[in-house]
Amino acid sequence: MPLLLLAAWWYATAFGGIKVYQLASPAEVLRELGSLATSGELWKNLVASIVRVAFGFAIALVLAVGIGTSVGLSPPIERIVDPTLQALRAIPSLAWVPLLLLWLGIGETAKIVLIAIGAFFPIYVNLVAGIRGVDRKLVEVAEIFGIRGFALARRVVIPAALPSLLVGARIGLTQAWLFLVAAELLGASRGLGFLLTEGQQISRTDEILTAILLLAICGKVSESAMRGIERRMLYWTDGMSS
Amino acid sequence: MFEEFSLVVAPGETLAILGPSGCGKSTLLRAIGRLIIPQSGGVETSSEIGIVFQEPRLLPWLSVEKNVAFAARGEVERARVKDAIDLVGLTHAAHLLPKALSGGMAQRTSLARSLIRSPQLLLLDEPLSALDALTRLDLQVAIARIIRETASTAILVTHDIDEALFLADRIIVLEGAPASVATILEVPPAARRVRSADLTPERNALYAALGVDTPPIASDNRTTRLFRIR
Repeated sequence: MPLLLLAAWWYATAFGGIKVYQLASPAEVLRELGSLATSGELWKNLVASIVRVAFGFAIALVLAVGIGTSVGLSPPIERIVDPTLQALRAIPSLAWVPLLLLWLGIGETAKIVLIAIGAFFPIYVNLVAGIRGVDRKLVEVAEIFGIRGFALARRVVIPAALPSLLVGARIGLTQAWLFLVAAELLGASRGLGFLLTEGQQISRTDEILTAILLLAICGKVSESAMRGIERRMLYWTDGMSS
Repeated sequence: MFEEFSLVVAPGETLAILGPSGCGKSTLLRAIGRLIIPQSGGVETSSEIGIVFQEPRLLPWLSVEKNVAFAARGEVERARVKDAIDLVGLTHAAHLLPKALSGGMAQRTSLARSLIRSPQLLLLDEPLSALDALTRLDLQVAIARIIRETASTAILVTHDIDEALFLADRIIVLEGAPASVATILEVPPAARRVRSADLTPERNALYAALGVDTPPIASDNRTTRLFRIR
C-alpha cells in the first residue's frame, strides 16, 4: 500500500501537471531532507520537537497514574475529583491555547503544558476504567487471604489494570504528537511544526512535506516502541492478539 | 433463607451438600467460610479455612507456582508451595501461566493454593461444575486423595449425586425456600471414595429427596459387555 501511494505521488508530480508550489515530488522531498540533514537544521528541529513531546508526555503520565489510581481505588476521592476532570476533559483541546498563551506566554512551558494536557486525559480515563473493571472475583479471593488496602491495590488491582493503562498511554502518546504540532504551529522558532509554518510561508512544499514525513516517522517509531512495551508487560493476557 | 437447623461436622469428615440450583447451598458454604454473616444463628469453626470456588480465580499474570505462593505469609508457608504443587500433580506445570492451563489444571492450582495455610477445614463450592465430565472424574479422585493425605475436614457443595456419593461420608440434601435440610444420608463406609455400583438405594433416595423426576434405577444382575472398536 505505501508503495502504491508513493508511485501515485511520483506520477502525479512528474506527469500529472501539478505545479511545484502545490505539491513537491518525492525526489525534491528527498533532496530537501538531505540538505536539512547536512546543514544541521534537521536535527535541531527534530530534537526540539522530541524533547517537548518527551517532557509533556512524562508529566502527563506521572500525573495521570497518580490521580487515576487514587480516583480508581478510593470512592471518596473519586466523588471529589472525577467530575471536575470529566468537565475539563470536555474542553476542546485548542480552546486551551488562548488561556495558556495568556498565562505562560509563547515559550517552551506553554507548549509542554499543552502537550501534557492532551496526553493526560486518555491515560487517566483508561486507567480509571481499567481499575473499575478489575474482576471482583479476584479481589474477593485476595480479601479472603486477608489482603486489604494498599497491599491489595499493589498486588491485585494495579497489575490487573495494567492493560488498560498501557492502551491509554499509547493513545496519550499519539495525542501528545498531535498537540505538539498544534503548539508549534501557533508560534515556535524550532521544531517540526516550525518547519511546517516556515514551508508554508515561503511556499516550499518540499519543506512542508519533509516535516510531515518526519512527523509520520516519529509517530510511527513511538507507536512501535509503545507496542513493544505492551508486548513485554502484557505477556500474560489471553486476548485475540496474544 | 434457611429454616432453623444445626449442623455438626466431625473432624476428618467429608460432608456433601446437595440441592437444586438456587436453594442456597453456596450461601450456606459462604456463611461457614465467614464470607457472609448470617442474620441469625452462628457459625463456629476452626481458625484456618481453605476455600475453592467454581472458578479457579487465579491471578493471570502469575505462574502456577506464584499463584499458589500468593496465599503464603512468611517462610514457613512459602516452603509448603512446592509440596502443595506436587500434591495436586502439577509439578511439571509449575511455571505455566493461567492462560496456558486447562480447566482441570487451573482448579488443581486453586486447590493447591487453598492448602498453603494448612486449613483445618476445606470448603469446596462446586469446584468441578465448570469442568468437562472426564476431567471431573480425574479431579474427584485427586480431591479424595488430597483430603486423605492432608487428613482434612471438608465440606463439598455439589449438584452431582455421583460426586457426592464418591467423596462424602455424609450427604445432606437441601430443599425448599426457605431451604431446609430434607435428608441426611450416611454413605456406607465400604462405598466411600470408591466408585461403587452398589449404591442404588442411596441413589434412589437422593433422587427422591431432590425431587428429580426419574424412575428409580432398577437393580438387576445384568452384566454388560464392552465392545471395543478397532
